[in-house]
Amino acid sequence: MSARRGRVGFRAGWSVWAWIIILVGIPLAGLATAPTSATSAAPWPAVTSSARPVLGSDSSLMAAPRIQSTRPVVVASKPFGESYLLAEIFAQLLEARGHAVVRRLGLGSTEVAFGALRTDAVDVYPEYTGTGLLAILGEEPSGTRGEVFRRVSREFRERWGVRWLPPLGFENTYAVSVRRETAEELGLATLTDLAREGEGLIGGFSPDFLGRDDGLPGLEEAYGLRLRESRSLLQAVKYEALRGGRVDVIDAYSTDGFLARAEVVVLEDDRRFFPPYEAAPLVSRRFFEERPAAVAALTELAGLLDEARMRELNGRVEVEGEPISSVAASALAALGLVPSDHHPADASIGGMDGSAGGLAAAGRPVAVGPSGARAGSLPAYLWDRRDQTLQEIRRHLLLVGISLLAAILVAVPAGLALERVRGGAEGVIRGVGVIQTLPSIALLAFMIPLLGIGVVPAIVALFLYSLFPILRNTYSGVRDADPRAVEAAEALGMTPLQVLREIRLPLAAPVIMAGVRTAAVINVGTATLAAFIGAGGLGDPIVSGLALSDPWMILAGAIPAALLAVVVDATLGVAERGVAPRGLAEE
Amino acid sequence: MIPALEVRELQKRYGRVRALAGVSLEVLSGECVALVGESGSGKTTLLRAFNRVVEPDGGVVLVKGRPARDLDPIRLRRETGYVPQEGGLMPHWTVRKNAALVARLLGMADADERADAALELLGLSPNEYASRWPRELSGGQRQRVAIARALATGPEVVLLDEPFGALDAITRAQVRGHFKAIRQELGTTSVLVTHDLHEAIELADRVAVLRDGRIEQAATPGVLLEKPATSYVARLLEQAGLAAAIEGGR
Repeated sequence: MSARRGRVGFRAGWSVWAWIIILVGIPLAGLATAPTSATSAAPWPAVTSSARPVLGSDSSLMAAPRIQSTRPVVVASKPFGESYLLAEIFAQLLEARGHAVVRRLGLGSTEVAFGALRTDAVDVYPEYTGTGLLAILGEEPSGTRGEVFRRVSREFRERWGVRWLPPLGFENTYAVSVRRETAEELGLATLTDLAREGEGLIGGFSPDFLGRDDGLPGLEEAYGLRLRESRSLLQAVKYEALRGGRVDVIDAYSTDGFLARAEVVVLEDDRRFFPPYEAAPLVSRRFFEERPAAVAALTELAGLLDEARMRELNGRVEVEGEPISSVAASALAALGLVPSDHHPADASIGGMDGSAGGLAAAGRPVAVGPSGARAGSLPAYLWDRRDQTLQEIRRHLLLVGISLLAAILVAVPAGLALERVRGGAEGVIRGVGVIQTLPSIALLAFMIPLLGIGVVPAIVALFLYSLFPILRNTYSGVRDADPRAVEAAEALGMTPLQVLREIRLPLAAPVIMAGVRTAAVINVGTATLAAFIGAGGLGDPIVSGLALSDPWMILAGAIPAALLAVVVDATLGVAERGVAPRGLAEE
Repeated sequence: MIPALEVRELQKRYGRVRALAGVSLEVLSGECVALVGESGSGKTTLLRAFNRVVEPDGGVVLVKGRPARDLDPIRLRRETGYVPQEGGLMPHWTVRKNAALVARLLGMADADERADAALELLGLSPNEYASRWPRELSGGQRQRVAIARALATGPEVVLLDEPFGALDAITRAQVRGHFKAIRQELGTTSVLVTHDLHEAIELADRVAVLRDGRIEQAATPGVLLEKPATSYVARLLEQAGLAAAIEGGR
């Protein structure tokens, strides 16, 4: 997926937002942290004193398994199949060695995952050396496997104390691929061959690849490649487009399960254009220093996963829809790291468990396509995971409810205060409105250094998004309340406070409520993105489903989220009419 | 005798617009004075200076001989009856709650009873009207509620800003009749803003004609009609058809 290597350009645009968010966010951040830090001391008294209070409180919110002396290892992944699978392998191996684990899978992007690791909110996640070099260090692609690994190891250790554990044994680089029949017809084996025949071919590439220097533009320069046309396609549809003949060339990843299939040929990068992307566990400073036994457990994987095995494991997940936890368990068993009768702890992520295990276990299905292996119907699938959906809805409502409540408590008094001073009020409101223009994922990512990952930063971000509609409506509702009534009230000797409480507020109530309603509906939608920073909710199956090209799983999050938005909107619509003063005409 | 209300050399500017340019006027206890003028003449500004809704830039307002600026404005407003233009009822309150507002602000325990009595006085039977919402009333009824609200506390002074302005001719005559009857009964000191000379002459003991923030003439209706002090007043009377009526009567 495009999030795999992250994007260097993402960071440049940050500085502007950063200032805005710092100005607005830090006081609020303190507000959000304060009440929860008190509760964090309970679960792990020995460690919490040195631990960030946010992480402690967050984990307790997650109802992590209680253990007496050590806190659980936080294992994360980025939102694509291989990252999920590797993280699950790390998690199960750690559990088999007696370490409790909390999973934070599908974090939004390289920026989110690495940001969380750098600030000790995450202990370990799988990363690629080329990504570290290009996206995190911002350097030029150069060097051999070994050189790149040594370079990132030194830089990460010196800059952040973050460590690269020994590589897992495979590279996952770009693999420019064509249909077998195309390759045979035109005699294509290498990218040099492709450059020769490019004029007649149509490319389908991920948006990421189309724009990156180490993607198509660099490839065109290095090989003199000119395709007839290049289209932007998402990972999930790229293979189908290639198979169906709608495009002739795609960018794949060398360990994609789809590449194991006979009908696709990977063209050799004969000029060594693509930098090495070796996979390895990336661990935080604190984890490395405080948990040598867990670090040692992870190094057991060094060199054990070669490209062929990875392609096969990815294929089981992405092509056949086998649950990630069972693929991870059988991989660890096959490697001899875990006895084969070992049962993994509950490793459900986004509802992967029990989804299509039965069919996958019965043998390689002939059906192809991302969800081709699913048994039964969509309604049956949704019914089967109803308990999980309910949990996700509960979490979702928790995120939306707390953030909304906090926003009401802040924005309504602030709106009233602004109405009193008037001067500069429009400016302040416009300023708060700027928050609305920040891309959600950027705002969420920015929360990580301040608040770590999980529920707390998600609530703070949602809180920030809720402020504007409530503030604006409170201000204008109170300002515009029936001017004749307000004027009369003042002239008859009501004090300003009485005018506010008895006249302006009741008359403005429906307008304020409409602002709350807008904020709530926006929040229900935005909260699905909270899954990118490990806060759970209905975004979990959406993120997982996108990563695994599993439309049913996406729907398992999207349908309830949409229904929830409708229900919230309708409920607050009733409330809006409820708070409308009875004397006012029904318009 | 100390006048109930008095202004001396009152001045008020709104930016570049001069609303009051040195106005002096006395309102005696029990008297009804009408402030007449075209829009922009300063009559509403003058009215609102009496209960400190408008703070003058110069000159003094005296309430029973005491400078208004020494009085607590909130208290002064509560104790002065006030009927704003177009009523100014609270749309989210019932008729009774509206009429009881000032009595409640003054802490009167019998605010609701006073409200009902005042409504009754203005011909709005509490049984029928007290629980209605303002939007369920006609314009004339709303205006009467506003007057009831001002009278419910039995104030010594009532200020009325175009109280009959927005009403149709028939309703206007009705409400005016009510007002006249009540004034005779209660003897309340009243200051009435109107742009209608007929109304002023019918209701008031004295009429003050304002123009560009100055008083052109303040006199009883009889004096005004017979001896207009300025050509402006004469023209105003003529335009209202009053000068002709007088001539015809001779």
